[in-house]
Amino acid sequence: MPLLSVNNLITEFDTDEGRVRAVDNVSFSAEAGKTLGIVGESGCGKSVTALSIMRLLPQPMGQIVGGSIILGDVDLTQLPISEMEKIRGGRMGMVFQEPMTALNPVHTIGRQLTEVILLHKEVSADEAIRQGVDILARVGIPSPDIRMNEYPHQLSGGMRQRVVIAMALACKPDVLIADEPTTALDVTIQAQILELIRELQSEMGMTVLLITHDLGVIAETCDDVVVMYAGKVAETGGVFDIFDNPTHPYTRGLLASIPRLETPPKSRLSVIEGMVPGLLDLPEGCRFQNRCPHVNEDCESRVPELEMVSDNHHAACLRWQELG
Amino acid sequence: MSLLSVRDLKMHFPVKEGVLLRAQKFNRAVDGVSFDIQPGETLGLVGESGCGKSTLGRCISRLYVPTSGTIEFEGQDITSLKGRALMPFRQDIQMIFQDPMESLNSRHTVGDILAEPFVVQKIGDKQSRSKRVAELLDIVGLPARSASRYPFEFSGGQRQRIGIARAIALNPKLVICDEPVSALDVSIQSQILNLLVDLQKEFNLAYLFIAHDLAVVKHISDRIAIMYLGRIVEESSGEVINREPRHPYTRSLISAIPIADPHNKSQRQVLTGDVPSPINPPSGCRFHPRCPQVMDRCKFEPPDLQQKGGHRIACHLEDV
Repeated sequence: MPLLSVNNLITEFDTDEGRVRAVDNVSFSAEAGKTLGIVGESGCGKSVTALSIMRLLPQPMGQIVGGSIILGDVDLTQLPISEMEKIRGGRMGMVFQEPMTALNPVHTIGRQLTEVILLHKEVSADEAIRQGVDILARVGIPSPDIRMNEYPHQLSGGMRQRVVIAMALACKPDVLIADEPTTALDVTIQAQILELIRELQSEMGMTVLLITHDLGVIAETCDDVVVMYAGKVAETGGVFDIFDNPTHPYTRGLLASIPRLETPPKSRLSVIEGMVPGLLDLPEGCRFQNRCPHVNEDCESRVPELEMVSDNHHAACLRWQELG
Repeated sequence: MSLLSVRDLKMHFPVKEGVLLRAQKFNRAVDGVSFDIQPGETLGLVGESGCGKSTLGRCISRLYVPTSGTIEFEGQDITSLKGRALMPFRQDIQMIFQDPMESLNSRHTVGDILAEPFVVQKIGDKQSRSKRVAELLDIVGLPARSASRYPFEFSGGQRQRIGIARAIALNPKLVICDEPVSALDVSIQSQILNLLVDLQKEFNLAYLFIAHDLAVVKHISDRIAIMYLGRIVEESSGEVINREPRHPYTRSLISAIPIADPHNKSQRQVLTGDVPSPINPPSGCRFHPRCPQVMDRCKFEPPDLQQKGGHRIACHLEDV
């Protein structure tokens, strides 16, 4: 029984050039206690999917126009904003890419952290401060009682991201949505933060939705993976399915193009030719057709649906069976 | 003779504070760095943010005047050359930047951007310049009609190609690449890395390749230098750095890289703490507060960068 399931989600934006469908018929589900990774390149719709789940799309441009998002037994797309506010920061926590923009620079860490606790729990101000100090200590911030009175600029990038994680976890959410949580950080700090998310996950049993462009991060942290391309799901499956038996030509191309520590230096990297099509001039048929080495006439007219490759492994390619 | 030879280079930026804005402290961004680059060779420079790798690149391209030390290019000291005397070296040493949107003037056409190096150096006339611009576009794999278009009309990967075309316009001998692929998507990143490798073979370019992604750096480099807080801590061939890293910092750096293989959930050696500030670096070995193998000696005595065969390393553990 999945904890969070997204069904046929369609999200559109009004832009100066017209209406753009950033997320087109996306479905996936996250099992309780597991980590689901959404991977894709810029503009593939992974962040818009996350914002749709949180109902934080920029207003009034962004709108969910179809589909459902089920958390437990509630459809989040149907909830009034007042109900949604109880879920955000309560049952669902979120961590964004840039901790400096996610934190308010003119308020102390303590004020921002206790705000979440006071909003969602019936506790006194003193108790909120006590819980705040606890959670800061839990995410590995040294001398948390002093940090409570400091401002975000007084902390390093890694420490700020820990504060953001502390805020997201303050009310012990069922789901943590992390949108590129380590992209702005150095590798050694990235390792610390990923380790921390993993520890807290096994301790609290929460479901993590991890959005990233880094296949390395996906391989190390996720149980299940959704690969997105130009607003659609290209392939989805368990992490071993995706890495051992990539089926969609895009997934294969991505995995082949990353330089690895063991490839000989200055050897030719395989590339995915061309560029992602703009959302305003999407081709008919498969969206990957202009870059796919296996394209044929069929791909130019028919939109591929997700087909079952194996039990938990699906790919949206018309030719996956012939390609073997 | 080395193409580039850097000795004990230091770049200290004054930190102005107090009512009188006097420089009381210095940000020791680069603090005693020495290395060589041979013609046609790539030296990769890896380190975390704030380690001074970009500052080092900017000193060598003489965008900064170093505080002390020497930079020799083909045997000539260019450390403190100014104005006209620097002009010939500006042809030989070029730069590629991380963000091609910020490093290309959005009000100029691509043709103007690529012709500018020739205008500045007073090379050729209008006709020969536009012919060369067309050649350059072809070399980096852009259509000739791009010359009349503006940077914003291009994608990130294409803009980086324009940046590369500009850098190689004057047939330089050394190109300093400062995080040239960090802002690009994976599928585009491999296109640009292939282009850089091709250009190096064709024009015998030497690269100083600055990046924080060790897998990318290892792919393109002959040798790799690891920087920590303004100093090189280890330097060797890419293979050796990857297979037998000796400095504890290099080891944790390598173990921190997430590997795109779910079967290989590596045993991480997670470093604790943050990179200290270069304004007030730790005494002794700068890595000692985070080092898992710290000894008493490390707290007081800074280790020298010692040459051991083809390997250079600055760590007291080498003497144990």
